[in-house]
Amino acid sequence: MIDTDVVERVLASALAHGADFAEIYAEDKRSTSAGYDDGRVEQLTSGRDRGAGIRVIAGERTGFAHTADLTADALLHAAGVAAAAAGKGSGARATALGPPSASSDRAVVIPDGIGKDRKVALLARADEAARAAGSEIVQVSAGYGDSRKHVLVANTDGVLATDTQTRVLFRVSTVASGDSGMQTGYESFGRTGGFEAFDQVDVADMAATAAQRAITKLGARPTPSGSMPVVIAKGTGGVLFHEACGHGLEADHIAKGASVYAGKVGELVASPLVTLVDDGTMGDEWGTLAIDDEGNPTRRNVLIKDGVLTDYMWDLLRARKDARRSSGNGRRQSYRHLPMVRMTNTFVLAGNDDPDDIIATTANGVYVKMLGGGSVNTATGDFVFGMTEAYLIENGRITEPLREGNLIGNGPQVLRDIDMLGDDFAMGSPGTCGKDGQGVPVGTGQPTLRVAALTVGGTAA
Amino acid sequence: MTDVRAGGDADHLASLASSVISRARPDEQVEAYVAQGGETEVRVYKGDVEHFVSAQSEGIGIRVIVDGRTGFAYAGTLAADAIEEVLAEARDNVAYGTVDDHAALAMPDGVAVTPQSLWSDDLAELATEDKIELAKELERLTVAGDPRIRIDDANYADGWSITATATSTGVDTTSRENGCYVTVSALADEGDETQSGYGYSVGRRPDEIDLDKAATLAVERATRLLGATKPPSGRVDIVLDPMVTASFLSLIGGTLSGEAVVKGRSLFRERIGDQIAAPGMTLVDDPTNPEAYTASETDGEGLATRRNVLIADGTLQQFCHSTYSARRAGATPTGNGVRGGFAGTPGAGAIALSLVPGHLDQEALIAMVDDGVLIQSVTGLHSGVNPVSGDFSAGASGLLVKGGTLAGPVREFTIASTLQRMLLDVAAIGSDIDWLPSNAAGMSLVIRDVTVSGT
Repeated sequence: MIDTDVVERVLASALAHGADFAEIYAEDKRSTSAGYDDGRVEQLTSGRDRGAGIRVIAGERTGFAHTADLTADALLHAAGVAAAAAGKGSGARATALGPPSASSDRAVVIPDGIGKDRKVALLARADEAARAAGSEIVQVSAGYGDSRKHVLVANTDGVLATDTQTRVLFRVSTVASGDSGMQTGYESFGRTGGFEAFDQVDVADMAATAAQRAITKLGARPTPSGSMPVVIAKGTGGVLFHEACGHGLEADHIAKGASVYAGKVGELVASPLVTLVDDGTMGDEWGTLAIDDEGNPTRRNVLIKDGVLTDYMWDLLRARKDARRSSGNGRRQSYRHLPMVRMTNTFVLAGNDDPDDIIATTANGVYVKMLGGGSVNTATGDFVFGMTEAYLIENGRITEPLREGNLIGNGPQVLRDIDMLGDDFAMGSPGTCGKDGQGVPVGTGQPTLRVAALTVGGTAA
Repeated sequence: MTDVRAGGDADHLASLASSVISRARPDEQVEAYVAQGGETEVRVYKGDVEHFVSAQSEGIGIRVIVDGRTGFAYAGTLAADAIEEVLAEARDNVAYGTVDDHAALAMPDGVAVTPQSLWSDDLAELATEDKIELAKELERLTVAGDPRIRIDDANYADGWSITATATSTGVDTTSRENGCYVTVSALADEGDETQSGYGYSVGRRPDEIDLDKAATLAVERATRLLGATKPPSGRVDIVLDPMVTASFLSLIGGTLSGEAVVKGRSLFRERIGDQIAAPGMTLVDDPTNPEAYTASETDGEGLATRRNVLIADGTLQQFCHSTYSARRAGATPTGNGVRGGFAGTPGAGAIALSLVPGHLDQEALIAMVDDGVLIQSVTGLHSGVNPVSGDFSAGASGLLVKGGTLAGPVREFTIASTLQRMLLDVAAIGSDIDWLPSNAAGMSLVIRDVTVSGT
């Protein structure tokens, strides 16, 4: 994408005025998306994004500039802007660039090599299957997306890394209509990899699932309010940990004392049943990356072991300040954004309980089959997450479907209140994690589990 | 990359757009949307700059419609070879679209643009050091506001954009605007407890930024939550703070999108002429109001914006239409084409919503409530509100209201109802209108009979 001698010149010029560190992140991305709605292919979109962001650090100050032009002149200009913004530090010289790390591309079938007609055909298949699920289905929308991004990261510590990242995504949403009004259903699938992912999944099955969710909710009763036991199905509940503690374990929040987990390494912060891992190397999961967006190889990081906090997640900036290595968690939305500490695939390991027993031993409560998004205030630990498919548990049995609503809890308290953990495990739907205005793809996962008490945000007494 | 100076060159973008559409073939409708923009972001922490971001971007999106089929492509550059590729890709994509007789680009409709001053030379020329000083001063003022306060981050940000929209159907417009804002996240500590509060101020010119207001908001919102407990569950009246009302109105605006209506996803389809809100409630979408943060002369399709009354005295009047949704609904476009940037095509939606304010300030509204909660902030609107079914459930924090006065702070609870009921249960609208960085203005609002779920 950029010749190594140009990279070296740009990095050297970024340090010329006394800064301590400089970095180039360049990307060239092509994407295709197709939307199907209301029985029609609405449009096929082709996109191209290409450019480089240059970060210069001097002391505590970071300067950043970016350009959509990858010529040497434009890169040198951006380096000058970033260096001026960073100002003077203690001064450093660039370490010679090492040999480029090997690119890794998980894609077997490159999406650009697949005819647009085959992508559009997936959408029509999903639409047909969703409508066939029941006469209650009155609207279907489906989306297909693929992207393939070539990345180059180089810095004055001598890092030179390149990577090719390919992702495919498919989603279906449905509307069902009945006497009780309208209800919606959703299902999605995403992989870090190529078009071969569609050999693993039939979009018609996804569509039927999304349709059934909407139809089931037509008969839903008002969700209860108040504090009660909540059982969360395997796979879907990873977002609970993403919000209840994942964000609070990001070293940037820790450094500012804006996390309830600051200063707690070595302490029991969760039920001893809980072992929490963030793993950017995991197969073809949605949050998987060979290198993070600062050029560091991703890793499997154990954050909580048997309830004890073992470590936080680190990017380069926070790791430099603490004189340690990055954990491979420096990520950014694009070349136009500064990297920061982000999760990859975050999940809780399986426990020993039979999932059926977890429900059978819950006298009364809520069973959540599918969670939606969530959010957290890391400073207080208070977090919410939405239920998009949930049922009442009465006398140890799953009974009636419930309308949508949020659950609310406090991270440290909820982690302690996990009292049963299933021996099953699944990763959940592809997610986009938002932080400081940037979105990055993340994965989550967990076994079936029970929280002894969570506040359910419905309207029923 | 084109050499972009701050403020850019609208004429240059207009000529790029018109050169694309001049190549439309006789059977094609072609739209070119060309944009350039830039932003500065300064984050200060403990008296020093933590980061300084200087960003500029540009791009083009081209939409082609042939016999009812639509194709679209975009690129994040205005290089000549890239524009060539975008036009070719958009044309290629047409073949895969399904015929939709209502698909069409905007046509000039004779509605005149309401001229507005959306550009400030003072802001465009503001020196870097002055921007840094604004953020530093904001941090100082916030810390000085209360001994229990420390800072998470204090920020100054500004942005400018120029766009040109041209279609082979006769639309040819440009826009140019800039604006700036400051935000601060404060943390208040007492014993082992920490609470957070957020403050902001926005302006079109640097001298409209009110640092004291931003600092006071953040300090007050963080410190008054110290000692917060979980409230008991039950049905009570709530008073929404202006920031919360703005979020609520944005959700309502989404249900009044013409596109949601024609695709059968709106709660209020086929309800024009019905009473859907409390009498006395009038909801207006008016991007021609210069006070609105999202004020604009033209919409995302290049049509003049206009003042549209969506709900009058509780009765639903009309929806927000783009060219497409209007054609399908058999209605007139209302200048409500909205687009997120050059990478997407326009949808239909509200641009600058506001309720017609009432006559009472927040204190007087609180005095109307015997047993309730003042809602200072909400979370999880994206996860707990379904705009199709209308189910509403949000995490909240705020202050109890007892006998018409504020009592102790509360947190970690939810408020729940449905959008349909909440509109009908609005009991009073405040006079304290605040133009927030959002597509809706805020003011205090009293809503009766909402379920609080706590202990």
